[in-house]
Amino acid sequence: MPTIYIDNKAFEVKAGKNLLEACLSLGLDLPYFCWHPAMGSVGACRQCAVKVFKDEEDTRGRIVMSCMESVKDGLRLSVNDKTATTFRSQVIEWLMTNHPHDCPVCDEGGCCHLQDVTVMTGHNYRRYEYKKRTYTNQYLGPLVNHEMNRCIQCYRCVRYYRDYAGGKDLNVFSAHNHVYFGREKDGVLQSPFSGNLVEVCPTGVFTDKTLKEHYTRKWDLTNAPAVCQHCSLGCNVIAGERYGQLRNIVNRYNSEVNGYFLCDKGRFGYEFVNSENRVTQPLIRKRQSEAVNRATLMQHMSTLLSGHTLIGIGSPRASLESNYALMDLVGKENFYQGIPDDLVYIEQKIVDILLSGAIHTPSLKEIEQADAVLILGEDIWNTAPVMALAVRQSVMKTAATHTTEQVAIPLWHDMAVRELVQDAKGFLANMTVTASPLDEISASTMRAAPDDLARLGFAIAHILNPSLPEVPDATDAVRTQAMNISRALQQAKHPVIITGTSCWNNALVRAAFDIAAALDLTEKRAGLAFVMQDCNSLGLAMMRSSSFEKAITSAERSSNVTAIILENDLYRSVPAGQADAFFSSCKNVVVLDTLHNRTTERADVLIPAATFAEADGTFVNNEARAQCSSQVFMPANSEVRESFKWLSEIRSLKTTAGNGHEKHPDEILQALESKFPQFKGISRSAPPHDFRFHGARIPRESHRYSGRTAMQANIDVSEPKPLQDDDSPLSYTMEGYRGPAPSPLIPFFWAPGWNSGQSVNKFQLETGGSLKGGEPGVRLAEQTGVTPVFSRDIPDAFTARQDKWLLLPQYHLFGSGELSVYTEGIASQSPAPYISLSRHDAERAGLKEGDIVTVKSDGKAYSLPLSIHGSLPDGIMLVPAGLRGMDSWSWGGWVNISTVKV
Amino acid sequence: MISHLRTMWLVFVHLFHRKVTIQYPEQRVPLPPRWRGRIVLTKDPDGGERCVGCYLCAAACPVDCIALQATENEEGRRYPEFFRINFSRCIFCGYCEEACPTYAIQLIPDFEMAEYKRQDLVYEKEDLLIDSQGKYPGYNFYNVAGLDAGVKEKGKGGNEEEPVDIKSLIP
Repeated sequence: MPTIYIDNKAFEVKAGKNLLEACLSLGLDLPYFCWHPAMGSVGACRQCAVKVFKDEEDTRGRIVMSCMESVKDGLRLSVNDKTATTFRSQVIEWLMTNHPHDCPVCDEGGCCHLQDVTVMTGHNYRRYEYKKRTYTNQYLGPLVNHEMNRCIQCYRCVRYYRDYAGGKDLNVFSAHNHVYFGREKDGVLQSPFSGNLVEVCPTGVFTDKTLKEHYTRKWDLTNAPAVCQHCSLGCNVIAGERYGQLRNIVNRYNSEVNGYFLCDKGRFGYEFVNSENRVTQPLIRKRQSEAVNRATLMQHMSTLLSGHTLIGIGSPRASLESNYALMDLVGKENFYQGIPDDLVYIEQKIVDILLSGAIHTPSLKEIEQADAVLILGEDIWNTAPVMALAVRQSVMKTAATHTTEQVAIPLWHDMAVRELVQDAKGFLANMTVTASPLDEISASTMRAAPDDLARLGFAIAHILNPSLPEVPDATDAVRTQAMNISRALQQAKHPVIITGTSCWNNALVRAAFDIAAALDLTEKRAGLAFVMQDCNSLGLAMMRSSSFEKAITSAERSSNVTAIILENDLYRSVPAGQADAFFSSCKNVVVLDTLHNRTTERADVLIPAATFAEADGTFVNNEARAQCSSQVFMPANSEVRESFKWLSEIRSLKTTAGNGHEKHPDEILQALESKFPQFKGISRSAPPHDFRFHGARIPRESHRYSGRTAMQANIDVSEPKPLQDDDSPLSYTMEGYRGPAPSPLIPFFWAPGWNSGQSVNKFQLETGGSLKGGEPGVRLAEQTGVTPVFSRDIPDAFTARQDKWLLLPQYHLFGSGELSVYTEGIASQSPAPYISLSRHDAERAGLKEGDIVTVKSDGKAYSLPLSIHGSLPDGIMLVPAGLRGMDSWSWGGWVNISTVKV
Repeated sequence: MISHLRTMWLVFVHLFHRKVTIQYPEQRVPLPPRWRGRIVLTKDPDGGERCVGCYLCAAACPVDCIALQATENEEGRRYPEFFRINFSRCIFCGYCEEACPTYAIQLIPDFEMAEYKRQDLVYEKEDLLIDSQGKYPGYNFYNVAGLDAGVKEKGKGGNEEEPVDIKSLIP
């Protein structure tokens, strides 16, 4: 490790870094704007100037930009040198000449990097007294607000949006001191990662429009570390509450998972928590007054429990604690997953692969660092957006890494590396059913039916490991493509294969496994990543319960069934016909859920459950990483409780042993762990509920939290006692331990002088590195070196049938989420329901774009407009999945078109 | 003995001094204009609320007795949806007035706010808002803040240039 001297003090620093990174990693405060740990240096803002000296005798030194200077052994620099500090204060004074005086009405105020840096450099009095430049703003859509006056021209936004995220519609316009960051004309930002501009922009040019609706300063929020609920990646987020409402979501850095960025669905899709559609009161239907209190509910529940056959339907979006509490209540044999048989089968396959230890499943960070990626069937742009962002980084950075290995240019030297790399890219093969925005950076693409994609996968596996069977009747095109891909995978050091469940095809999973396992035999560390459907799909699948079809059979067998459905809208999870069949064979239906939906309409007893923001819970993401999501706020309505608390209380009615009230989530996890060895270690995913620092808890509120004695004074002038949270080491006060918290318990990022999210560098071991104390979460599946068992069962080639189509779901980033569409800005970008056919199929059937087509699925007829899909293979019908109000169809089945109305 | 006599003498002499006590409430107290008494919310010269809901007063308040919620009208002008001061907690330190960037919150020379019920000391925005500009007549934050919130267009405020024509390359 090189030694550098900062203000004549020796420090050991990591080689290959720049001076700014070195200084920040050492905990020194050095101001900067344009540098970003995920985007490297360009030396544009001139804010991070330091003085570098030739040797010990040199007293004069020279000013350099610390972000553009490599660490060298024996290098001497000064951060506090008079000239350097003067230089920095002059730069900020220039940058501030045109910055408006609108901090009081700026949403960034209080978490603004520009404010922090201005204070840090000591520029506290404005000498410039001439006119300020102004700009007109643009409408950038319902999620991001634009106020161009505040811009300091650091170029971070376009570097992020264009270079990092691959967006095209944000750019820099005009010249000299008039440069303008925006779109060519007003319009919605097209990139699904545009929300990160809010955090990337060091000042308030781009701000969160959903937060504006109920604006709260960062210091007034009650924050807790949570886990995003909208896909299976389990991105870490910080959720903030004020006045009993969830106010915003910001990124919680986790170097292994989401790093610095979230997708827009995760960032803005939180408003379901505040929805008017929430279930707020226990209901017992078919009686005079349906709304009941807790005592009546419990009394009613005890009659429902005795003498009835219990059936529990779990949920892939409920926490492990809640699912386990339900299983504990109804018994393991009566607990079902609440998803169709086909999906259970595929997910079971995935669980078997992960738990076998035969293969390594990479984290998102490892995907970012992969040098060849093969996507087999999964539309990750829509089903796992942050993974698509990681894949993009792998493609863009592989070439850069190769180049910098040959030329002595450090990887952080962004512009220089870009000049060298030009258009060279790493290897990405995007094999999907339809076109994806990832195609433009793919070296190889293929549009085919899932079975054909799986056959391509098996063909690749055969080339990599000739002992595997050859794909029968493979076409030459498939052979050549398989040859090209296998060559690229063989050349790579860290290839990653990505597949998932969105094609509802198990052959894809097996093919992907065969490829990864075959690569592993050749002494590479290949990764196999799976994309699941919901935030806890893998956790539920790991409990290895039966499918919903089995629940129907079991309900039909006995006459006296009480079904308890946990946070699962069955009409979205299974075809409507099956859900109806199930409900009609149950005598009593008890539903625990957060929002009213079609399943809660069928409930005889409806119990209000807490959302992720109001509950503690553990979720297992797609890489089998168990992560704890903490309660952000206690609902003011005491009838809204965590599902596992309701279920434990109901269980105590049954057993009469123990009251079940005081069961902490970590105790439930311990019980889960002892019952299912596959969850070993899960109780370590967060510190236990009685964890304390010298007797002190970790406060959810900042030390500047305001309004404590006035917030509820309109109700009662005497302040209530602070809320007590016995389930986690976090407290609902401003008091407590303010030092470094264990990483799963960091409620928000703040450090003295660093009010913005940039303060995360104080929590990292090194800038852009892992959090101090390790990343949160426990991986439940690790590679153990077991010899893989290859699958040799190759599906037949897909053939389009006469007047019948293979029904596949099309997931939409904005629209397919059950919960995220409660955010108006997301709902407004959701497509209207449609049926999609290939151009050839439509022509053959004599159909035109927009024709109303009636399709029968599971005994129900659906009439939807036709949308002709240019890139769709023949013989496949695509229907958007999970749009609001739409049924779940029998994905993977065959349907025909019954009537057509022009 | 001497001490007692001296005390009696002093008391007697005070009979002829000018009286310090005033006959309040018949006689009013002369209060200087900068007296830190009851807190009010003032209005802009155009009659709009001056408070922009920036939360700085609430953050500055050492007893945390100010709670508010900012909201926006269609034109983007910020104002408090509710603004509550719990005067039973207020210590009249004036930090909120110091922190206020828009001169909205002001402490005025009025201390007559005693109540029999503590709950009545909780003032809402309707109780706090006065129809006056208070100590700083003529000031409107939006004239100097740059952004367009319906008060003035971009470039029309004091010390502002006309909006940049981004299609032009002329310096």
